[in-house]
Amino acid sequence: MAWLLRLFFYGVLVRLVVLFVLGLNVRHRERLPAKGPAVLAANHNSHLDAMAMISLLPLRLLPKVRPVAAADYFLRNRLLAWFALEVVGIVPLNRQRRTPDEDLLAPVAEALARGEILVFFPEGSRGEPEQLAEFKSGLARIAERRPDVPVIPVYTYGLGKALPKGEWMIVPFFVDIFVGEPLQFDGDRAAYMDRYREAMAALAREEKHADWS
Amino acid sequence: MNLDVWVPRSVLVVLGAIVVLLVMASAIVFVLRRGDETGRHAELASRVRSWWVMVAVFAIAIAFRRGVAIAFFAVLSFLALKEYLSLIPTRRTDRHVLFWVYLCVPIQFWWVWREWYNLFLIFIPVWAFLFVAMRMVTRGDTKDFLRAAGTIHWGLMTMVFGLSHLAYLLVLPDGKPIAAHGAALLLFVVLLTQLNDVLQYVWGRALGRRKVLESVSPKKTVEGLVGGVLSTTLVSFLLAPVLTPLTRADSIAVGLMIGIGGFLGDVTVSAVKRDIGVKDSGTLIPGHGGILDRIDSLLFTAPLFFHFMAYFYF
Repeated sequence: MAWLLRLFFYGVLVRLVVLFVLGLNVRHRERLPAKGPAVLAANHNSHLDAMAMISLLPLRLLPKVRPVAAADYFLRNRLLAWFALEVVGIVPLNRQRRTPDEDLLAPVAEALARGEILVFFPEGSRGEPEQLAEFKSGLARIAERRPDVPVIPVYTYGLGKALPKGEWMIVPFFVDIFVGEPLQFDGDRAAYMDRYREAMAALAREEKHADWS
Repeated sequence: MNLDVWVPRSVLVVLGAIVVLLVMASAIVFVLRRGDETGRHAELASRVRSWWVMVAVFAIAIAFRRGVAIAFFAVLSFLALKEYLSLIPTRRTDRHVLFWVYLCVPIQFWWVWREWYNLFLIFIPVWAFLFVAMRMVTRGDTKDFLRAAGTIHWGLMTMVFGLSHLAYLLVLPDGKPIAAHGAALLLFVVLLTQLNDVLQYVWGRALGRRKVLESVSPKKTVEGLVGGVLSTTLVSFLLAPVLTPLTRADSIAVGLMIGIGGFLGDVTVSAVKRDIGVKDSGTLIPGHGGILDRIDSLLFTAPLFFHFMAYFYF
């Protein structure tokens, strides 16, 4: 039953909103993964971010596609938790350790071991819309554990204008989604994050964006 | 098979002629590309392919029901407005204002559907204009206020008010003293405007030497402009008896008006894009760019042609 809802949610609702209400301008679509495991590492501005990226993947991959999302936010009440886990299909992640030796990234590692395609936001939170926060090194830790899994930088622009943090009403805007080349892990977490930052900055420079403040 | 179409035979005949033109264009592209591995004509090929899609969508939209045709132009207007509002700088404060701006699209086309001529004419220039200003000022943010108010209303006037004139052609009263079908008038102005774009381009490529408005659109030439306007006027003269009630003299005047108006619409959108700093307004139509790149000329020709017809014929 839940999988049917999920199919309707991503196959109809999300696609209607993303393709008609918003409208996507996608570059380098061919760089998106054709199978899992893989990580799409994107900047985070809006609840729509993960939805827009997932709408780019073919529906047959849907059972394998899951956004990684904050457990403290999405599991805060039972209804939201049901929706997040069953329909959106999130991999819940704790942002703070509850015990000193808790392995925060364990759920991500398990999902990758199941061959899933994860949407991951290294910024950790949506923050101020259309402003880049610091990318946290969690991404590098994932890459360190699974150097064989392709990590694909994805830069999005406009979703924070359409639905910023703290708003409930979607206002139509065309959205840019630029897909980068997969990153390879070479043993150094700091250097890896630098390369990720550079890849994102290069994608951002591919198009001039309208000012928004 | 008996198709349930509401358009007159003349519209179907002209649509058939357009298909013949497209077949010829595709044949030329095929010959040009045969044995050519440099990919020089790839852009031309994708342009022609997009023309096929656009003609098909347009033909289906206008052929069957008036309501479907009006809804089609409402969607087109929404897409154009969205493209415009995504290109221009906007303020975060104006998110709620933009919601109301988008709402103007269905309302404006509702007046068209109800044939409510007065509101069709004044809703955007008067009511939406005042309402948007009110909604903006009650947000209390004065930084860049005039720029935001001006650009937002410019978008409403062109993408919604301007384009809705195409739809209103569909509801102009048909019958005494004038026998004219709205769909035929619509086809006439859209076909002539798009043909004018192509003809100006072709004349410019063939003979273009002297630049015109180089600071706005570097490829425009006097030869392209004059050649395009004159050949568009000739097509208008030949086609007007088939699709419109225009007299011979008027068909020449309308041809000149569409030729010059199309050029002005084209360079106006070029000026907007240059001001913003983008080349194409979007990527929706392969080989053409965005919606705005395709309908730029119509932003001028649609209201011009409509008010010419409304004043002299209806």
